[in-house]
Order: sequence, then C-alpha cells, then structure tokens
Amino acid sequence: MSTVILAAENFRAPHLEYGQLAPMLIVFGGAVLGVLVEAVFGRTWRGRVQIPLAFATLGSALVWLAILAANQKPHSVDAEGALGIDGPTLFIQGAILVMAILSLLLVADRQQETFVAEGAALPGSDAEAQSLARGSVQTEIFPLTLFAVAGMLMFPAANDLLTMFVALEVLSLPLYLLCGLARRRRLLSQEAAVKYFLLGAFSSAFFLFGVALVYGYAGSVKLGDIALAVSSGPGAATGVPVEVPSIVLIVGVAMLAVGLLFKMGAVPFHSWKPDVYQGAPTPVTALMASGTLVSAVGATLRVFYVAFENMRWDWRPMMWAVAILTMVVGAVVAITQTDIKRLLAYSSVAHAGFLLTGIVTTSTAGLSAVLFYLAAYGATTIGAFAVVSMVRDTGGEAGHLSRWAGLGRRSPVVAGIFAFFLLAFAGIPLTSGFTGKFAVFTAAVEAGATPLVIVGVLSSAIAAFFYVRVIVVMFFSEPEPDGPSVVIAPATAAAVALGLAATVVLGVLPQPLLDLAGSAAGQLFVR
Amino acid sequence: MLSALIALPALGALVVALLPKGREELAKQIGLGFALLVLIFGVALATGWDTSSTARYQFAETYWWIRDFGVHWAVGLDGMALVLVLMSLVLVPLVMLASWTAADRYGGAFEEVAAAKAAEAAAKGGKAPLGAVGQRSAKTYFALILLMEAMMIGVFAATDVFLFYVFFEAILIPVYFLIGIFGGPQRSYAAVKFLLYSLFGGLLMLVAVIGLYVFADRGSFLLTDLTGLDLDPATAKWLFLGFFVAFAIKAPMFPVHTWLPDTAAQAPAGALVLIVGVLDKIGTYGMIRFCLELFPGAATWATPVVIVFAVISIVYGAVLAIGQVDLKRLIAYTSISHFGFIVLGIFAMTSMAQSGAILYMVNHGFSTGALFLAAGYLIVRRGSARIDAYGGVQKVAPLLAGTFLIAGLSALSLPGLSTFVSEFMVLVGTFTRYQVAAIVATSGIVLAALYVLWAYQRIAGGPTADAISRKGAFPDLSRRELAAIGPILAVIVLLGFFPGPIVNVINPTVDHTLSVVQKHDPEPTVAEAPGGNP
Repeated sequence: MSTVILAAENFRAPHLEYGQLAPMLIVFGGAVLGVLVEAVFGRTWRGRVQIPLAFATLGSALVWLAILAANQKPHSVDAEGALGIDGPTLFIQGAILVMAILSLLLVADRQQETFVAEGAALPGSDAEAQSLARGSVQTEIFPLTLFAVAGMLMFPAANDLLTMFVALEVLSLPLYLLCGLARRRRLLSQEAAVKYFLLGAFSSAFFLFGVALVYGYAGSVKLGDIALAVSSGPGAATGVPVEVPSIVLIVGVAMLAVGLLFKMGAVPFHSWKPDVYQGAPTPVTALMASGTLVSAVGATLRVFYVAFENMRWDWRPMMWAVAILTMVVGAVVAITQTDIKRLLAYSSVAHAGFLLTGIVTTSTAGLSAVLFYLAAYGATTIGAFAVVSMVRDTGGEAGHLSRWAGLGRRSPVVAGIFAFFLLAFAGIPLTSGFTGKFAVFTAAVEAGATPLVIVGVLSSAIAAFFYVRVIVVMFFSEPEPDGPSVVIAPATAAAVALGLAATVVLGVLPQPLLDLAGSAAGQLFVR
Repeated sequence: MLSALIALPALGALVVALLPKGREELAKQIGLGFALLVLIFGVALATGWDTSSTARYQFAETYWWIRDFGVHWAVGLDGMALVLVLMSLVLVPLVMLASWTAADRYGGAFEEVAAAKAAEAAAKGGKAPLGAVGQRSAKTYFALILLMEAMMIGVFAATDVFLFYVFFEAILIPVYFLIGIFGGPQRSYAAVKFLLYSLFGGLLMLVAVIGLYVFADRGSFLLTDLTGLDLDPATAKWLFLGFFVAFAIKAPMFPVHTWLPDTAAQAPAGALVLIVGVLDKIGTYGMIRFCLELFPGAATWATPVVIVFAVISIVYGAVLAIGQVDLKRLIAYTSISHFGFIVLGIFAMTSMAQSGAILYMVNHGFSTGALFLAAGYLIVRRGSARIDAYGGVQKVAPLLAGTFLIAGLSALSLPGLSTFVSEFMVLVGTFTRYQVAAIVATSGIVLAALYVLWAYQRIAGGPTADAISRKGAFPDLSRRELAAIGPILAVIVLLGFFPGPIVNVINPTVDHTLSVVQKHDPEPTVAEAPGGNP
C-alpha cells in the first residue's frame, strides 16, 4: 500500500453527475434555503415564504425525477460510487416525493392547530402561554421536513454503507425533532421524541457496528465490492486475499439488518412505533408512516439484493422468522388497541411483515410487487392519517376509539372514506390494498415461500378483525352527545381526496402502475 | 350486454345513495324502479338464450383487466348461472317491496327494536316515535340492496377465477352494513361474526387462487384456460381444500355453519332473503364451478368425506331446527339441512342428483325467501321473534297464516310444490350410487315435517295470545305485503308442476361437469325426470 500525499497535483475534484442527482440536490437546496428564510425574514413573512418554497422544492424535484425516468433508462453509479441511480431507486424516490407532498399538505394545513407555537417553551409554563397568546408559529418545521425528505431520498440510493449511514442520520434527526412539536398533549409528544431518539440512536449504533464488521470482512464499504467479497472470498475487492472468518460477515449482516428493520418497524424492533405514532403530530406521523417506511424498505432491498444476494441462503431464514413474527405480532397486538393512532401503528407493523414476505423472494416479480405495495400502502396511509387529523374535539384530535362512536351518522362521507381506507388495509378486493397483497403473495408463492403466504393470510384475517371493529364503532354505535366533530380544512381534504383516488384507482385499474413497477424492477439494482 | 346487467344495479345504487337527505320516499321508488328495470333487462337477455348452443358460456364477454396478473373481465352464463341470476333478479324487487315500511316507518328495518320502542312509547301514552330508534335511512338500505344485486349477478356471471374472487369478497361489505346498520339488538356482533367467518374462508381461497395461478402456470385466470389442468395430485388436493372450505363456510355446512343462525337472528328479514336465498348459493355454485370442474381428481378423492358431512348437515340442521325457540333461527337451521341436500346432490356425481341439486338451489331460494318474508311480517307485528309469543294467528290474520303455511310446506317438500321435485331428484340420484347416505338423508324429510308443522301449530293454531287478539294489534297482510310474497308463492307452485324448462337449461352444465369429473351414471338413468315428474 502506498501512502497518498494530498498535494495539489494529485487531488482530483470528485466528479458529480448533477443531472442524475438533481432530485436529491434540489430538496437539500430547498431545505438550506428554508433555514436561510428563517434567518432573513420576519415572523409575519416566514410562513408565507416557507410553504410555497417547500411545495416548489418537492414539486420541482418530482418533475425532474419524472423527466429523468422518462428520458433515459438510468442505470448508473454516481458521485464517485456513493450513490446508485437505477429503476427501483427512481421508483422509490418518486413514491417518497409524492408522499412527501401529500404529507406536506397536512403539515401546512394543520400547522396552526397541530404544531407547537414555540418548541422551546416548557409545557405548562408562562412562556408557553405567552407564545400562544402571541400566536407564534414554529416555521422551522418546513426546512426540517425537507431535510428529512432529502435523507429519505438518499437512503435507498446510497451505494456504499457509509453514505447509507449518513442518509439514515439525515433522515432521522429532523424526524426526532418534529415528533416533539405537537401542540396538544406536549408531554406525550416530547416523550415520543425522546423514545424515538434513544431507540433510533441505539439502532444506528447497531447499523454502524455492522458496517464496521462487514468492512472488516470485505475490505470495502461499497455494496458492489461487498458482493464480490461475499461470492469470491474476503479481500477479493482489493486483490489482497486475507483470512477473515465468515462469522464476522454473518454478524455484520445481522447488525445491519437490525438498523434497517428498526426503521421499517419490523418485530422485534417495532416497539417505538405505537408510542411515536401516537405522540407525534399527525402530519408528521403520516410522513413517517409513508415516507420513512418506503425509504427503509428501499434501503433494505438495495443492501440485501446487491451486497448480500449471494448469501441469501444465510439471511433468508432470519428474514422468514422476522416476517412471520412481524405479521403475527402486528396483527394480534393491534386487536387490543383503543387509540386510533396506535392501532394504525400496529397495522403498519403488520404491513411491514407483508412487505418482508415480498423482500425474501429475491426475484424480479417480488421486487416489482414490493414497489407496488409501497406506493399503494403509502397513499392509503396518508389518507387515513389525514382523516384522523380531521376528527377533533375540544382537546385537539379525538384519538380514543370510543370517541369515534357514531361518526358514520354524524359525518357519513368522512366516516365512509375512512372505512374504505380500513378495508384497503384489510385487503378487500377493489382496493389498492388487495392488489398489493395479491402481487406480493403471488411472488412469494412463485418463490416457494408458501408457508409465509399462509401465515400472511391468517394474520390478514386477524387484522381484518380490528379494522372491522373501527367500522363497527363508527357505523353501528350510537353517537355520543358531546362527540367530536369533523373539521374540514381545504388542504387536508385534498390529501384525503388524493389518497382516496389512489386507493380506488390502484384497486380497480392497477395496470399502469404495475407496468411502471415492473419496468423499474426489471432494470434491477445497479452494482 | 351482460356487463351492462351488472352495471345497471350498481348505477342504481349510486343514484339512490346520491339523493339528497330526507328524500326517503323518492329513494325507495327509484330503488324499486331500478330493481324492476334490471329484472326486465335480465328477462329480455334470457329470452336470447339458445338451448341448442354448444358453447360453454353464452352472452360471453372477455376483456383484459390486469395483464400482469393474467386477469380478464370475463363474464358469461351457463345454464346453472342463468337460473341463479334470474332467481336473484326476481327476489330483489320483492325484497324491496317487503321492506318498504320496515325500512321507513320505524326509521329502520330492524323489526324487533322498532316494535319494542313503539310499544314503549305507546305505554307512556305517546305516539310511536318516528325514527327515534336512531334514524336509519331507507335510502342506505335500498342502495346497499342494489349494490348487493350488482355483485350477485357478477359473482354468478364471472368466468374468470380472479374476477369471481373479487365479487365473492366485495359482496361481503354491503351485506355487513345491511346486518350491522339495520339488524336487531345484537346486530354488530352478528355482522362481525358474519364478516370474519366469510373473510377467513375467503382468505383461504385467496391462497388457493394464487396457488392455482402459480402451479397451473397458464398465465391466465380464465376458466376456459384452467380446465383440464395437469396438476400434481397433492397440490390439487390442497388447492381443492382452499376453495372447498371457503364454499362450505358460505353454504353453510356443518361444522362451519355457526354464523348463519346468529346472522339470521339479527339481520332484517328482507336482507335475509338475499343472504340465505342467494348469497349462500355462491357456496354450492362454487363447489360445482370450481371444486369439481377445476380439480376433478381431488374432488373424487374428497367425495366420501364431503358426503358424510352433507348427511350430518341434513340431520343436524333438522334436529336443531326442531329445538329452536326463535323463528328466524329456526328457518336458518332448516336451511343448513337443505344445504346438506344440495351438497349431497352435487357430490353424488350422478346426472339426476346434480340436476336436482341445481334445481334445489333455485327452489330453496324461493322457498326460504317466502319463509323469511312471512316470518318478517309476523315479527314486525308482534315485536318478537320468539315462537311462544304467538298463538292463534290464523284466527286473527288468516291470510298471513296461510302464506306462512304454504312457505312452510314448501320447506318440507310437499308434493306439488317445487322443492319436492328437487329433493326427490337428489335422493333418487344419490341412491343409485350411495344407498346408505340416501337412506339417512331421507330422515331429513321426516324431521322437516316435524319442525315446520310444529312451528305452524304453535304460531297459528291454538288459543289466540292476548297480545295478538287485541283489536288492531295484529292486522292481516296489507296489499303491499301480499304483492311481495304472492309472486314467490306462485313461482313455488308453478315450478312444482313445470320444472321442465329449468331442468333443460341446467342439464348441459351437469353434463359438462360430470364429463370433466369423468363420472358416469351407475346405470343409464339420464335426467328424463323433467316432464310429468310429480
């Protein structure tokens, strides 16, 4: 090994493919601009600038992404091998951007009612009362959201483990903060933030330790090099064969999996989900339940399909076990929930299990099915949380299930739409949830994972019970006299309508999106 | 055209649902109008039926739906599907007519609650509270019935396994709301039980549907592409079981029948006509269409066990029916017994028994329909479904007692009524192959006489109960009520004497199924029964 002297003549500026990276760069740029807006503009102007800025950022990133996907079949490793842009990644990034825009509709709309006036003021203190009286608004939520979205975009694109770790932190840190910014029940919200932060930091440490172990085995953090080392022995990437016991690799993979499965919320790394989903402001929950899940699944796919594909016989049993646990625990525990957001959190755990069923297939059909499922589930989830944010009483959102009694009588349209979302979660035909489930299960049976499918179907039956229970409460119970009312704000209503449209269209006419997912998956991940 | 027949009631449901609040009367009229329109359309379509055609499905339409899954929007009718669709089309407007005020005057079709509240108010000296039970809109009721009708046509007309599954599952949702919103005091328990049983069966079937797609490897779900599969026998058996359990729950067969009595006790009588009369036929229909035609080998393998369970259902259902104190539960148990006969006929695999089974499906639809409507009329007057709350009805309301008697006699298969023909065909057809099963099943007829006549005796005979004899407390059938139940009774009598046309339409289906299963009648007794059988 020669020592490299960093001198002017042998320093080469890194080559960046700006065209390919633009969607991520735009969102990062927008986030930085947002921070500047906070510094430059006065209080009255901040909100008026931040909201259009955030929408413009996400919108232009989405447009650029669409052009990128339409114009060429991108299949390249960019930014000196740090990022891989390929069909699946573009699909995932597109899904994340769409979901971010939908969530942003909720953030912008509910800002005054959902987010804290001044995050630094202690709950119950005079300072809080003053900030409320002043009508302060914490407009930092917009750049924070943009940073989180940028991290989400980068996470599944990262082509080496260190970049992936950076992306993981960029995506997580703003979310930790955003979780603590609820206006009502602030202690619950702050508790959620602390829990999420501590557990998240813990899982990040696992991830980082995994990176170190895998590096120790392969001699590189690049996914392509790791794949080479896995198939041809340690040191293959550097050309210097070394003796490293394979247990290092196995433990490394397991620790990476802990980090990734934590973000996905798979059992046994799911315990943060109910607390955080419940405590966080609902728009942030919507963003986490859709965007973070999509991003985490995307990163998991890339790590396990690119770096560790050749050792799938080693990790598949582990993934099988996690998938079974996730589906069963998610569905069973959800039955006992009485808070609507906790219930949706456990439902999200169960759905992570269905996604894992598709992930273990390591087939193109499975990949395509997972991509479709992500898009379908994300849209429905945002719609569902948007409805949750509409049902309010004097104490803010009416979270307890008993408060929803008779909602079907009081507001038949909103309750009907929510029932439809629940039926989509349960996988009833003519909803997007059924199409996604069918695609995933078909791919799994083709790949010989029939036992997983049977477990999946049985836990769907269990899950149906608690979805149906919510419908019972809404439609078959007498309304309470002081029950919550439905507060319809325009942007939230738009998010509900878009989520509903996606749920219907992907259930009735799913072919175009299936084509898109199929062609994206057909390109496979770049190495 | 067939697609239009499916779309029309769905459109009607949408129109009714979008009517402004408070236009209940208009909603009912439009709903009934659509149901009649669908009936006329369906009958007009059926006149184009070609009895000499050798095509497997008539009125067939096939378009791509989801190419990635090999799914078509494929509809078409064979003889069995045609008669079941026509039966549904006839029943829907009659059900609407029968539920006309039940879904309105008391602000809900749940007769018991409504009557109880009315009595309570009357005791306090007030008027019957309009909608005080909780305003249930007739609009919702009629919209749900129309939606259900669209899916019922779709489920019988689908010639693509995936499309069938979609209708099979989707139809649960309107039924769930019908039970849950308009049912009796424990309606939400009944609705959830109904949905979970059905969903569980449906999800097992989903695994089988996926397995069928993957292992058949035809890249298509069309029934025509999936017959004559060369599956591994073990795989075929698992797939058969997946379908069969779902259909057995639907039918419902012992031991997965327990949802039906609970549903029957709580659901409004009008909806029950469609649930038991039509919806449960999907189970027996599916056994022929999917279990036998797709997995003939596995079906033959399973036959002995299925026959045993069918016979158990016949006897068990009948015995439990005798012991019921709730009128609607009683009718539910008689249905379990009758479904046992249908399944027995299907799996006896003789042309006589299978023709009889399909004819039985139609006859049972009308006969149970009439029974539930008559029971609904009784309950809405008396405010209780308990048999011992009645007595001497025939003196107070002879017309009502008479219709109840005819409906009951059709349930016990009196010669001259339609059910006799089909029950006779099933038993004779079964006897040629499974003598013991046929003999044990015959005891079901004796028990039927017991549960029907004893129930009639307790309700209509004997001294008149106080609550009934009070003047005006127990009016006889109104013209509207008679108009709803009359046609059904007429059909029962008509088909009792002239089952020929229906049997002729059914026979090609039976021939096809039996040729797929490769079963031939023990001795050549081809269904020559039709003409002057009874």
